[in-house]
Amino acid sequence: MLESYIKNRLKEKEILLMTHIVIGYPSFEDSFRIIEEMVKAGVDLMELQIPFSEPMADGPVILSANQKSLAYGTKVAKCMEFAKKVSKTFNIPFLFMSYYNILYKYGLKDFTSFMKDAGIHGAIVPDLPHEEACDYLKAMEACNLNPIMLFSPNTPKDRLKAIASYAKGFIYCVARKGVTGSSTSFSDEFEAYVNRCRKETDLPLAIGFGVKEKRDIDFLRGKADIAIIGTAIIKLIEQKGIEHIKEFIESLTVASTKQNSS
Amino acid sequence: MKTRGYFNGFGGAYIPEILVETFKELENAFLDVKDDPLFWNEYKTVLSTYSCRPTPVTFAENLTRYFNGARIYIKREDLNHTGAHKANNVIGQGLLVKRMGKKRVIAETGAGQHGVATATMAAKFGFKCTIYMGEVDMERQRPNVFWMEKLGAEVIPVTEGTRILKDAINEAFRDWVANMDTTHYVLGTACGPHPFPEMVTYFQSIIGKEARKQIIKITNKLPSRVYACVGGGSNAMGIFSGFFDDPVELIGVEAGGRGLESGRHAARLSSTDASIGIAQGYKTYFLQDSDGQMKKTHSVAAGLDYVGVSPILADLKEKGRVRFESATDKEVIDAMSLTIKKEGLIPALESAHAFVQAFKDAPKLDKDDVILINQSGRGDKDIFTIADAFSDPGWKEFIIKKAKEYNA
Repeated sequence: MLESYIKNRLKEKEILLMTHIVIGYPSFEDSFRIIEEMVKAGVDLMELQIPFSEPMADGPVILSANQKSLAYGTKVAKCMEFAKKVSKTFNIPFLFMSYYNILYKYGLKDFTSFMKDAGIHGAIVPDLPHEEACDYLKAMEACNLNPIMLFSPNTPKDRLKAIASYAKGFIYCVARKGVTGSSTSFSDEFEAYVNRCRKETDLPLAIGFGVKEKRDIDFLRGKADIAIIGTAIIKLIEQKGIEHIKEFIESLTVASTKQNSS
Repeated sequence: MKTRGYFNGFGGAYIPEILVETFKELENAFLDVKDDPLFWNEYKTVLSTYSCRPTPVTFAENLTRYFNGARIYIKREDLNHTGAHKANNVIGQGLLVKRMGKKRVIAETGAGQHGVATATMAAKFGFKCTIYMGEVDMERQRPNVFWMEKLGAEVIPVTEGTRILKDAINEAFRDWVANMDTTHYVLGTACGPHPFPEMVTYFQSIIGKEARKQIIKITNKLPSRVYACVGGGSNAMGIFSGFFDDPVELIGVEAGGRGLESGRHAARLSSTDASIGIAQGYKTYFLQDSDGQMKKTHSVAAGLDYVGVSPILADLKEKGRVRFESATDKEVIDAMSLTIKKEGLIPALESAHAFVQAFKDAPKLDKDDVILINQSGRGDKDIFTIADAFSDPGWKEFIIKKAKEYNA
């Protein structure tokens, strides 16, 4: 269902936008307002990160947002309730993003049942390669949820194919080496990587890590299906404030509606 | 990877996709050297000429008389270059890095021992070296920072999270995911994703191999018990692995900090405060809350102050092969004082944890019994920390005077 939502949406837009928040940062009230602004600005889907004390794949900005949210007393149960409320309020697909320990400690079956009831479409778990994911994939499957799997630029062909066989909804293509937030040089080499990914799956491809401005999205247009913006928006909120989100997102996606030439 | 590195459900490799190829390469390189008898000889040669291998076993005659029970022997890992068993692992991994053709090493460090050991290895083999160290630990262990820098390493303070060992591990991983083509991450203990627990154990197994031969030669028998302190678990895995097939009781001693009931400790396997989880790339017992967020730990010994523990030890605990105990900060200071006074040996605060339990058990054992303690490191180089732990007035006076000189 997530896959068909994305594919339908791509009939109207050249590239979709997925944004990210860390739940409870700067506060639960602000998290809600941020989502509201993002939805108003026309974001197509969103990842809601449940904060974890050891976010190994995240760079300094998201790492610090995780830590601050936890320091303010954020609990997993409250994040789950928040996600439920958000998904009932706004009419776009929401995904969870977190590290495996959060799901493991909550209980995989409880976690996925909750997701189903709450209307959360899928999950991104960056420290869970498919070899370790048997229980998780079963639990997701049982609730008809989308496990979003990751590709990376150094993943060999056979492995891309193996990963794609477990994935549903779309594939998260990590744009480069390193952690979230530092810049990515989108180049010919990058294009070759996206083409490699394309060959191994019919699922839509989302590009994340280092996507931060209109120029990046313009480059990705026609190559990828979804652009993922994470760190750039947390920085914007920290430097300018929530009221600037809508304007920023609109500036990114301008001219991304397909010209109907018929 | 060829295997996932599980020990009855503990271990595994929970790594981001970007590192999968790097781990595959590392596992292959490790399997190659493990199958190559020439490698072990090369390893032993480097350690016998650059460090002090084989390290001796010392009979603690005065302590034996004092406790009037089992005969107490001490395996002297403190006599390694840089003063701890850490040298074994870094030389092993250093030789592996040479084989893999990488030019840069990174490492985390808690107390600074592993950082200093890695920096010496990098200097010897001509690698660039970056060490991640929690800001809190940098303050606790400033002399080690001085030596790492003098050895040519870049020491990067970790200002995120609890600013101790686990946070330094996270930062080292963040460096590695960006630089894995040129860089090897020299993980310091028998933890982390596969193949690290097995690989670090393999290099440290030299302790147990030597110790078993030595103790049989000296006493004509196997020891009844072997004691080691447990942080991540590398020195314990090293000495225990020599005795797995023998009728020898193995005892791991964790940091009891201010006491188990205080909650301020780092006892994962000897308390009921830890639970199974997945973090830092592997599955084991972690000191974590019910949400799965890691808790703050405490120990007088920075090297034992870690939230997780070797997955191999977690398995050995469940199987009942290793008994786990804890020692409080106060007991550690007392055991250390006694060892210094009676034997003229200065164990590191970490190692002194093993002595605490050995001293509790020795009087209850028969005079024919032999017990062996692993003195994983020496304490004299940690003078700032130890002088603080003893709250030594003469030392404080000296530091105040010295500070005045710098201010003048």
